[in-house]
Amino acid sequence: MRLEVEVRHLQGGFRLDAAFASDAAVTALFGPSGSGKTTLVNILAGLIRPSEGRITLDGLALFDAARRIDVPVHKRGVGYVFQEARLFPHLSVRSNLGYGRRMAALAGRRGAADEFDRVVALLGISALLDRKPAGLSGGEAQRVAIGRALLARPRLLLMDEPLAALDTARKAEILPYLEQVAAETRVPIVYVSHSVPEVVRLAGTVVAMDHGRVVACGPADKVIGGLDATASDDAGAVLDAVVAGEEADGLTRLDTNAGPLLVPAVGRPTGARLRLLVRARDVLVASEHPQGLSALNVLPATVTVIGAPHGAAVEVTLAAGSATLHARLTRRAVETLALAAGRPCFAIVKASTLADESAPPPPWLTP
Amino acid sequence: MTLDLTPEETTAIWLTLRVALVAVAASLPVAILVAWVLARCRFPGIVLFDAIVHLPLTLPPVVTGFLLLLVFGRRAPVGAFLAEHFGLVFSFRWTGAALAAAVMGFPLFVRAIRLSIEAVDRRLEDAASTLGAPRALVALTVTLPLILPGILAGGVLAFARAMGEFGATVTFVSNIPGETQTIASAIYTYTQVPGGDGPALRLTLISVVLSLGALVLSELLARRTRRAIGQTRP
Repeated sequence: MRLEVEVRHLQGGFRLDAAFASDAAVTALFGPSGSGKTTLVNILAGLIRPSEGRITLDGLALFDAARRIDVPVHKRGVGYVFQEARLFPHLSVRSNLGYGRRMAALAGRRGAADEFDRVVALLGISALLDRKPAGLSGGEAQRVAIGRALLARPRLLLMDEPLAALDTARKAEILPYLEQVAAETRVPIVYVSHSVPEVVRLAGTVVAMDHGRVVACGPADKVIGGLDATASDDAGAVLDAVVAGEEADGLTRLDTNAGPLLVPAVGRPTGARLRLLVRARDVLVASEHPQGLSALNVLPATVTVIGAPHGAAVEVTLAAGSATLHARLTRRAVETLALAAGRPCFAIVKASTLADESAPPPPWLTP
Repeated sequence: MTLDLTPEETTAIWLTLRVALVAVAASLPVAILVAWVLARCRFPGIVLFDAIVHLPLTLPPVVTGFLLLLVFGRRAPVGAFLAEHFGLVFSFRWTGAALAAAVMGFPLFVRAIRLSIEAVDRRLEDAASTLGAPRALVALTVTLPLILPGILAGGVLAFARAMGEFGATVTFVSNIPGETQTIASAIYTYTQVPGGDGPALRLTLISVVLSLGALVLSELLARRTRRAIGQTRP
């Protein structure tokens, strides 16, 4: 599945000028509020008509201003999970789930007979079927909304910050379902988010947006690693890791492309692959191998870039193993340690912060 | 005073109910359509259209009745056409009373439906579109169920207005016992003759009971409907 987008749109004073292409299972539209992410997915869904441009899905045009093609919303086959669940209040959960299916049947398309049961099982909503949306929690409603979109048999599934309206516990409840949806349904997903951990966990391709423009587009580790660490607390490096084994004291050994790391138990079998976010604010730099330090993870590294200072902060980029790490340091520390490009050093990575974003890992990364 | 109704009085009561019911039923689809246009469409002249829809509310009923006579009378253009091609005669018939009642209740009917259409969360309609529903089906399966309480409320208002209609009815189709004499015009007649106070009072009492019953019934129905469509408040 390949999604190619190239649209321009003027709405009030806001100008959207975005182009990207992706063939990943999950493509994240990533950026701060007001960067045009929601406008862009609404354009993909057909709810907003762009002034000009082209949208193609596997070579088929959904919109093409030059060729005067504008496939109406209901014929696009683009599912949409909104920030708020938007369940139909007058229908039961079962009827909400069946809505898209009934529409498909009216249009002469019929899904597999067991599709309904599979989606219900996948999302764990079988106990909710006879309830009304008003009686559901936010997390339950969002799961039903995901099921409803899936059962309409979309060719592309849009998710606009589906977790934004939920608290941390509900987010943790839904994320595994999202991962399973991505892994099992083979419906490509465009996932809108401003959360670095969510994007790292879910996305293959990341499209970073700001002020209505695409500022970066590529694999998650490249785009997230390219964020300005002095501006964002969540910026950092994305590492690929393989579980190497369990330690007797409950720690897990990981082999990463930056070197071996010890993290709190991730609950994954040896050999499982996962993705780590190592935030720049959680990386320290030492000019010599540190002694008497509580941190367990010390990686030999080489300074590659000293960024431009922002106030007192400086982003220092390091090469460790075959990976790139980012560290947010103070200007004074950089001067005291006399850090400069090419200089060997040691990166100290706090183990606890590693596990936060890594467990459980996306199942499609598991061999 | 007893409630021993004379045959004339009973006839007037049943006729009133029939006229009001037919008026509401016949104007329902038109009211929904007009309310939809007023709530959703933007075109030049919409203010004038809105004003025309609300005209029966502000015009003296006698004027409305006279206008109906001018348009739907036996020899009037529309009236003659309908009589000739559809056999539908309004003048001095109970159907004319129903037409007058429908016209008088129409603004109230439209207003209630329009308010509920404006209160519908358009984002639900967008969601239905993304699930593959064409616009007509979105209206039928999402919007219509959600505005049911408004339709009910408007219907009851229009029904109550229809039962009480007097001025336009009398002007348009006169006051013929057994054909166009509703409760309201019967009461008027009784107050004009000596010894008519008794029947007038009886009909007044029945009128109060019917109106009150309609309002209570509509409130119960509205509550139940709101529950059924998952709304906690109106």
